[in-house]
Amino acid sequence: MAQLYFEQLLNGIQLGMFLFLVSAGLTLIFGFMNVINLAHGSLFMIGAYAIALFHGVTNSFLLALILSLPLVALCAWIIEVVIISRLYTRDHLDQVLATFALILFINEGTTILFGRTPMFLDVPPLLSGTISLFGVVSYPLYRVAIIGAGLAVAIFLWIIIAKTRLGMQIRAGTTNRETVEQLGVNISKLNTIIFVVGAMFAGFAGALAGPLTSVEVGMGENLLILCFVCIVIGGIGSIRGALLGAIIVGVVDTMGRAFVPDLLVKFLDPTYASGISAGLSSMSIYLLMVVVLVVKPTGLFPIIRS
Amino acid sequence: MAFLIDSDTLRRGKRNLTNFTKKNREDNVKNNKIRLIAGLVLAFFGASAALADSIKIGLITTLSTGGGYLGQDVRDGFLLAIKEEGGKLGGTAVEVLVEDDGRKPETGRAIAERFLERDGVEIMTGIIFSNISPVVAPLTLRADRFYVTPNSAPSQFAGKKCHENYFAVAWQNDSLHESAGLNATSQGYKNAYILAPNYQAGKDALAGFKRFFDGEIVGEVYTKLGQTDYAAEIAKIRAAKPEMVFQFLPGGMGINFAKQYDQAGMNDEVPLVLASPSTDINILRAVGASMVGISSSSHWNHDLDNAANKKFVSGFEAAYDRSPTVYASQGYDTAKLIASALAATGGKVLEDMDGFRAAMKAADFDSVRGPFKFNNNNHPIQNWYSRVVVERDGQFVNEITGTIVENHGDAYASQCSM
Repeated sequence: MAQLYFEQLLNGIQLGMFLFLVSAGLTLIFGFMNVINLAHGSLFMIGAYAIALFHGVTNSFLLALILSLPLVALCAWIIEVVIISRLYTRDHLDQVLATFALILFINEGTTILFGRTPMFLDVPPLLSGTISLFGVVSYPLYRVAIIGAGLAVAIFLWIIIAKTRLGMQIRAGTTNRETVEQLGVNISKLNTIIFVVGAMFAGFAGALAGPLTSVEVGMGENLLILCFVCIVIGGIGSIRGALLGAIIVGVVDTMGRAFVPDLLVKFLDPTYASGISAGLSSMSIYLLMVVVLVVKPTGLFPIIRS
Repeated sequence: MAFLIDSDTLRRGKRNLTNFTKKNREDNVKNNKIRLIAGLVLAFFGASAALADSIKIGLITTLSTGGGYLGQDVRDGFLLAIKEEGGKLGGTAVEVLVEDDGRKPETGRAIAERFLERDGVEIMTGIIFSNISPVVAPLTLRADRFYVTPNSAPSQFAGKKCHENYFAVAWQNDSLHESAGLNATSQGYKNAYILAPNYQAGKDALAGFKRFFDGEIVGEVYTKLGQTDYAAEIAKIRAAKPEMVFQFLPGGMGINFAKQYDQAGMNDEVPLVLASPSTDINILRAVGASMVGISSSSHWNHDLDNAANKKFVSGFEAAYDRSPTVYASQGYDTAKLIASALAATGGKVLEDMDGFRAAMKAADFDSVRGPFKFNNNNHPIQNWYSRVVVERDGQFVNEITGTIVENHGDAYASQCSM
């Protein structure tokens, strides 16, 4: 039984890493530019399609991954310059409308380019198969690699935010945008950088998801809802919050799916239990969000704003 | 400010409008003249009579979304049968109106209403998904037209709500999963772990499997509809150590499951026994080598040895340059069934409803699946075959290994009063 708990914990953390990669950009964009970007999931999808496309050409996973990141960055740059940059001074309703339109636009565009049939990628040979962890569970090697990649990005982001001049500007801008602008920092350039970097993390996550799930139109939207939950739990604008929020959401969601049915079967008729537990476990993260918001309305790691 | 129009522009606009209507009126007169002449010519040569005789068939199917290839294949199979006869079915000219329902019931309803009221469709067909058929079928039946389904056949229309003008060509939904249960039993499995998405068709699937599986169910799991990652479920299966797994996760969900199941090294530990939609040729192409050895049950396969099937498979490959899926065979069979009825009534459908209905029920055509007849509830009585996924010349295909059950009907026929 302990073995199963451990494996499900790993599954939860691995889901959390995906959520973190997408949430990191989302929370930066929301925190720094005050823009609700519903189209962030589309960048996840673009990353997945990019790797599928390049994998078809190069037949190498690593090469395709390296090639797909600049493509995502290019798409993000175009989106920022053409659309998002006009939304900074608008209210949230305009932002939601415009970025929702972007979702429709990108989805339809992808359909025209790639068709409706999902695309599939194989796990790179080097990372295929399972690995025995601590001699107790055999776990797919590729999922271990995802956890590693997520942690690496977390450390990389921490260094940037905490140790560099850019990070200082981002932190300052999130707290008080006007002052930073008055001090002579080129805010519009900073906006573009943050948007493109955030998009690249989402695209990176999408590329990593390629071999696990089918690459299809609209694949980012389901994930995006979970990511909003993560950044609300973690505290909007906080990378630390996004990481913790993502891991909590990933673990709770996985544990809910894994153990709620077994728990309910003990009390209820099996035919009812399976139906109810499916509903309950998909509700679990929203219940969690309610609890967090009641206890800490600004999230676990709130950013102090002036 | 751009929305304010000065009076000058307004005047110009008005003038343009008047000119436009005048021109239109002139065009109309001209058009009417042309139409009159064309009509006279046609009447003279009797061509208009032939046009009026063509039977309109409405094909509402799912061409978009992840399930779009199902609809495409049903459509292409259906049209292949018409192409073979040079635009006719059973010697009668037919006109097929094709529309995409986008897997949305409200879209299906709108198309069906237009087909029935405006276009005068006499036979409705094409529906893929069971969330659309309960909307379109009653509309069609209430309008006194024929409903012939090439795929979706939910339980209500096989049982209490069965109808003399409703024909299911492929199967009754449950029998897909009943055959998997029979297959698992006949392969000697003592227990099974089963999972499906948490919606009606998923619940029906597991109920269908359990109806004919003699072993014990060690786990029954309902996943979220549209779920993409099955790591948690796969970990539970590994811990439960069942002898086999049955899943009904249609479309992309099943592909994701199959890939992740293989990545977790589970194919060697616990074999999958599936229903035919989970191992269609598109899925095999997508998932590839990790599906080799998976067994499934189906009412049709490309290697079934009969003349009609050989003609269909080679014809389909020649016409579309791809291998036919089971859905293509269902579309083709649907068209062939309609052709047999049209041949029997001399091309009459609504003018001779009793005759057409009786001819449909007789099912006097060579089905690509071999033996075929209709039960009292207008659903098939047919054989189910066991298949296994193998690699042949670098391609992954299903090969028939035996017959699971002969002349299998469905569980709801006794509830039908016909």
